[in-house]
Amino acid sequence: MTLRDTAPSPLPVRRSSGGSMLYDPTIRGIVFQILIVLALVLFGWWIVHNTIVNLRAANIASGFDFLQTRAGYDIAQKPIEYSIDDTHGDAFVIGLLNTLIVAALGIVFATILGFIIGIARLSPNWLLSKVAAVYVETFRNIPLLLQLLFWYKAVLSVLPGPRQGLVLPLGSNLSNRGLIIPRPIAGESFDVVLWALLAGIVAAYGIHRWARARQMATGQIFPSGIVGLAVIVVVTLVAYAATGGPLTLEYPELKGFNFVGGLVLKPEFMALLLGLTIYTAAFIAEVVRAGILAISWGQSEAAYALGLRPGRTMRLVIVPQAMRVIIPPLTSQYLNLTKNSSLAVAVGYPDLVAVFAGSTLNITGRAVEVIFITMSVYLIISLITAAFMNWFNSRVALIER
Amino acid sequence: MIVTSVAGASAATLDDVKAKGFVQCGVNAAGLQGFASPDDKGEWSGFDVDICRAVAAAVFADPTKVKFTPLTAKERFTALQSGEIDLLARNSTWTMSRDTQLGIVFTGVNYYDGQGFMAKKSLGVSSAKELSGASICVQSGTTTELNLADWFRANNLQFNPVVFEKQEEADAAYDSGRCDAYTTDASGLYSIRLKLANPDEHVVLPEIISKEPLGPAVRQGDDQWALIVKWALFAMVNAEELGVTQANVDELKASSANPEVKRLLGLDGDFGKSIGLAPEWAANVIKAVGNYGESFERNVGQGSPLKIARGLNDLWSKGGIQYAPPIR
Repeated sequence: MTLRDTAPSPLPVRRSSGGSMLYDPTIRGIVFQILIVLALVLFGWWIVHNTIVNLRAANIASGFDFLQTRAGYDIAQKPIEYSIDDTHGDAFVIGLLNTLIVAALGIVFATILGFIIGIARLSPNWLLSKVAAVYVETFRNIPLLLQLLFWYKAVLSVLPGPRQGLVLPLGSNLSNRGLIIPRPIAGESFDVVLWALLAGIVAAYGIHRWARARQMATGQIFPSGIVGLAVIVVVTLVAYAATGGPLTLEYPELKGFNFVGGLVLKPEFMALLLGLTIYTAAFIAEVVRAGILAISWGQSEAAYALGLRPGRTMRLVIVPQAMRVIIPPLTSQYLNLTKNSSLAVAVGYPDLVAVFAGSTLNITGRAVEVIFITMSVYLIISLITAAFMNWFNSRVALIER
Repeated sequence: MIVTSVAGASAATLDDVKAKGFVQCGVNAAGLQGFASPDDKGEWSGFDVDICRAVAAAVFADPTKVKFTPLTAKERFTALQSGEIDLLARNSTWTMSRDTQLGIVFTGVNYYDGQGFMAKKSLGVSSAKELSGASICVQSGTTTELNLADWFRANNLQFNPVVFEKQEEADAAYDSGRCDAYTTDASGLYSIRLKLANPDEHVVLPEIISKEPLGPAVRQGDDQWALIVKWALFAMVNAEELGVTQANVDELKASSANPEVKRLLGLDGDFGKSIGLAPEWAANVIKAVGNYGESFERNVGQGSPLKIARGLNDLWSKGGIQYAPPIR
């Protein structure tokens, strides 16, 4: 047959006396894979088809046209313009933004807190390391939902009403309506200040590059970090003063029931952010501790023998190697935090699940479509986060020589 | 290629119910006192629960042959669509979109309600129109959430919604002072006020901002079952009109000469058979839960802590709008 004319396979190929294609392992492998893919596609199609047929048979409206219809309900936290005349599609965007806001802030705060606690747990200071250990064991072992409810109820029950709220500096106020702070309003020439800030950052980066080059050439160390920061601050402040201080503050005012004006951090948002941060930080602390412990003591000793001080040893020798171990599990924690933000619904924070898979689902009755979209969104957010962390991991991975 | 579709819930609900021996009834998960709440022994009672019991009595002549599925606002219609429950009696508002797009059908109105507001007395508010700028607690995915937004818009008022998925969460947030006001159906407000830490410190405001006809619903596509649920309620209303009560139903069955009463109690005609039930189906309903007025007073009216006046829910002949087609 035709196959006999091809070059001999490097693997020992068993052939039957007939030499039929039917018995060729390579062909058979390909055929089986095609069959499995076909079966999967058919199965998926069957599920979709079956759902559509049954929804139709049960007289349940289906389709995605509801995204263009009027939503009609208001949302507590609106990062962008939204009114009750906007569509369910707009409400979806608001919910998605609220999810992204709380997830992004949660990731930043949990990372900072987690690194501090993880390193503290390794500290030679007995008290510090025990406090860190108690923190980790407490918050890691209590279900997140309970922690969220605790923070929400604790925050709410302790805080007074808006009229009796705690008066803080700069016209801020803390009450059971949330933390209300003055809203900065940018004046006309404020973009000059922003440009100055950008110029400062570029200059600081330049100083950093120059310091590196000089250290490589001469071995002398230049404190580029502090100098760079000073340059950024000075340049920005000079620009701010030169343009006559184009930033004004809008102070919150108590009018009727609530404060009008100012920026409001609602208790629902604070409880969710607090809960997610504290819970995830406990896991990140353990990841960090594991990463650092994975670097053998010999590395530190070698660094000390070269005359590096402990801080610099940690920063230049231990952490870069530990990052290899830390980043993959850290990625999982970021994904967990993002997905856990869907517990927002328990404390009344208007995230994607509360808004879209809550109000919209109930008003339109398109359960299958809404849940499908919501699940897809979490999948996509997670895949993007994972892709970014994989890229970052490949950047910091040790180049083996 | 042959593609088969797995059938959803089967159409003959009555046969299924008879085969399994009980009615699976969806009720309010939050334990809305007066409408559906379990006691310390787990026995459910309430105005909505009476609908479930009435249907069980019509089918089995036994009001205890009901199993209850507590449902949140978000779960209720899906539970009915999927066949998890046979009947939804969960203070749900009858609207056109629900009736036409969800594959369910409302069979009647057991409580004519309207949306209202409750606020702390200490705020000194006497009208909902004074609530501009207030934080308002509301349950998500309800008609109340939509009415709230529309009404404040129409009156040029601002508000800050604080939205919860579960009614208990909204209750707790309001009780803790997170919101200035609480909005839901007026009947619900009276019921929820009883559960607050200090019920006397809260006042239900006079405005009723919407029509909320609450009633039982069943799946579309099973006319017989829909008729049973529909006429179980009608039988209760007819019984009140005709003066048939839980106490005198047996006596009237033996002695009444009134042809309307005789038709209701199955002594004349074969109305039971026409919906697949025994001739004394309506008598069983009345024996089990009483007539409409009795059920109302026992659960939410003067015989209950809620003390809600009949108002719109009085009979048409007494100034209300409860009206049932005749059995003939």
